[in-house]
Amino acid sequence: MRAVEALMAALKHEGVDVMFGYPGGANLPTYDAIYDAGINHILVRHEAGGGHAAEGYAKSTGKVGVSLATSGPGATNLVTPIADAMMDSVPTVFITGQVRTDLLGTDGFQEADITGITMPIVKHSIMIRDPRDIPKAIHEAFHVARTGRPGPVLVDIPQDLSRAEIDYVPIDDVSLPGYQPTHSGNAKQIRLAAKALANAKRPVFYVGGGVVNANASEELRDLARIEKFPVTCTLNGLGAYPAPDPQWLGMLGMHGTRAANYAMDEADLILAIGARFDDRITGKLSEFAPNAKFVHIDVDPAEISKNVPAHIPIVGDAKEILPRFSEEYRALESDESRMKEWWERIEHWREKYPLTYEDSTDNEIKPQYMVQAVWEATEGQAIVASDVGQHQMWAAQYYDFPEPRRWINSGGAGTMGFGLPAAMGAAAGNPEQLVVCISGDGSLQMNIQELATLAENKIPVKIFLMNNGFLGMVRQWQELFWDGRYSHVDMGNLPDWVKLADAYGIWAKQETDKTKLVGTLKEAIEHDGPALVDVRVTKEENTYPMIPAGQAARDMVG
Amino acid sequence: MGDPGTKEVFSLSDLQATGQRIMGRKHVLSILVENEPGVLARISGLFARRGYNINTLAVGPTDDDKISRITLTIDGAEHPIDQVTKQLHKLVHVLKIRDLEPHDTVARELALFKIDADAHTRQEISQLSEIFHGRVVDVARKSITVEVTGSDEKIEAFESLVRPFGLIEMVRTGEIAVQRGRHTT
Ligand SMILES: Cc1ncc(C[n+]2csc(CCOP(=O)(O)OP(=O)(O)O)c2C)c(N)n1
Repeated sequence: MRAVEALMAALKHEGVDVMFGYPGGANLPTYDAIYDAGINHILVRHEAGGGHAAEGYAKSTGKVGVSLATSGPGATNLVTPIADAMMDSVPTVFITGQVRTDLLGTDGFQEADITGITMPIVKHSIMIRDPRDIPKAIHEAFHVARTGRPGPVLVDIPQDLSRAEIDYVPIDDVSLPGYQPTHSGNAKQIRLAAKALANAKRPVFYVGGGVVNANASEELRDLARIEKFPVTCTLNGLGAYPAPDPQWLGMLGMHGTRAANYAMDEADLILAIGARFDDRITGKLSEFAPNAKFVHIDVDPAEISKNVPAHIPIVGDAKEILPRFSEEYRALESDESRMKEWWERIEHWREKYPLTYEDSTDNEIKPQYMVQAVWEATEGQAIVASDVGQHQMWAAQYYDFPEPRRWINSGGAGTMGFGLPAAMGAAAGNPEQLVVCISGDGSLQMNIQELATLAENKIPVKIFLMNNGFLGMVRQWQELFWDGRYSHVDMGNLPDWVKLADAYGIWAKQETDKTKLVGTLKEAIEHDGPALVDVRVTKEENTYPMIPAGQAARDMVG
Repeated sequence: MGDPGTKEVFSLSDLQATGQRIMGRKHVLSILVENEPGVLARISGLFARRGYNINTLAVGPTDDDKISRITLTIDGAEHPIDQVTKQLHKLVHVLKIRDLEPHDTVARELALFKIDADAHTRQEISQLSEIFHGRVVDVARKSITVEVTGSDEKIEAFESLVRPFGLIEMVRTGEIAVQRGRHTT
């Protein structure tokens, strides 16, 4: 069969039901095969949109997201999504077209060395040199993308090779001698960690996106509830532990709660699970959790002691390790009352510093209120994708996620323009669920063209635009740290969003009145199809609390 | 690190941090990789991106034509070596890495020295090279070229001796190394 037909067969064998892409000369053979492959393909309006859509699909479903692009500029448009997927460990496969092999290295038309360009930002990449390797490369790509610490894999296929005739037999067991992720976790280390936890007087569970990736939320909950252990989640970990919950301290880090950050600061034992001690979490590294010993569970051995030295490292899959941890813990004698003082301290912080804001007394819409209104209108049951900025932090703070894979976010890279296409991908992967996108007026314009994709494919994403007329988060930093010199953060000539959405064929409405907000949001939700609500919020509101960059948890402001 | 696990109860202060930086010495990493295009670029790129400084790098085939060996030396005083090896291990084409212990390793480097020489100094340089078990590989009217193999200390010692004659050019291969005894890497 034609190599591109084998490519389609391999994708189907891997369970691909939808992919996002954009055609061009170098992947024309592939698009010819897609024509009657029976795989749902969504034509995006920019390859970056396709890449983020694949991420949104993967993050919300746990399956591998697939995105296609042609060679040269098509492929380079995928660089940002690939980097984003790497930072957040998103299982994704990117398939790019490449110029013919006789043109490789000659600066041929639309040639770009995409494997070279993306080398530092992929988990793995495969450049096809023999057409017979195409199906095998696809199987390897999926295997590497979804196992171990998930991540992006690029497969680059020269145009002439994709036109060859080859035989294809699907393979299920990929053998890569240099790639052997550890799953099980060392039994002795697990026992040691259980003992350490039983002896801790001020323990904290610090939970990251790895728990979501490992589908280990239930296992986490079981362990956390053996005794009343306090739990905090990173931005990417939100939903891994249900919120709100008496044991949940809220998010930690730069815009986390005081209870979570102070608890980390005073903890004697931190159980880090699938979290990587990012600088947005640790602040000033030398003053991070100064009294704590660290148990670190991670599937990627290179994360252990990368930023913070681990006292008990456990390499492996949280889904396998946590139940064994619980079992070890149950076999120990421990005394829950040893944590009594600790909980008193935590309750004191919770009472003294709740997550709160000063709401308006008139009709003005405060951005925090807007998130609460979204929560109310969706009954807390939506998949929420956000973009990057203040709105993202407020969404993280004020929308309580009852379970994992409801919060679709660009956490590690912080990519503006992520939200809309990621929401689109999440909606494509979860047709039964309500998917909303909370975006900012800056972020939304970074991949605004995907409104066309939404409209064409009737993908019912509800976009709730937190419109403050500013690049709000940057403005906040300028206000706080740069003497209020607002250099190039005023979005000035904003489009008429309602007209714009209308031009794309999308239902839209503007809302300026707080009392009507929930109703308008509900109207958008009830509308059959994609919708946009342009919510005019307070222009200069700041995201608090905050640990200023490079400072310690104790230095929180606001 | 002691094993607090053997005691029924232990205080958290018994726990020692792992992954501490073993600082100070030079490390010789012997890395087996699959012979795939771009492997070297991936490895050198990883070093560049993470700010690890490679001192020497030697690459060549092994007895298995699907596998190459990279011998790489790196200053352990500057970089946490376990991070370096763990990051390298993440590359799919990297099969095996060994951080060779200096006392258990035979390491060699080849260097070529092209030195200013005339009728007077030729003899003297050639005698020096004999002491270093070097070989004169080329002689011209105004130069002499000597090949020296050995540890980097030996090569550096030879360099400091011949430099006063006028060093026209020096080329070094970077170290290659094997473990002593029957073990393979
Ligand atoms: C692609 C990209 N460019 C620049 C930035 C830097 N940046 C971070 S937040 C932000 C402002 C975001 O503004 P907006 O989307 O309007 O959201 P707001 O903060 O106002 O809620 C900027 C420019 C980024 N994160 N991503």
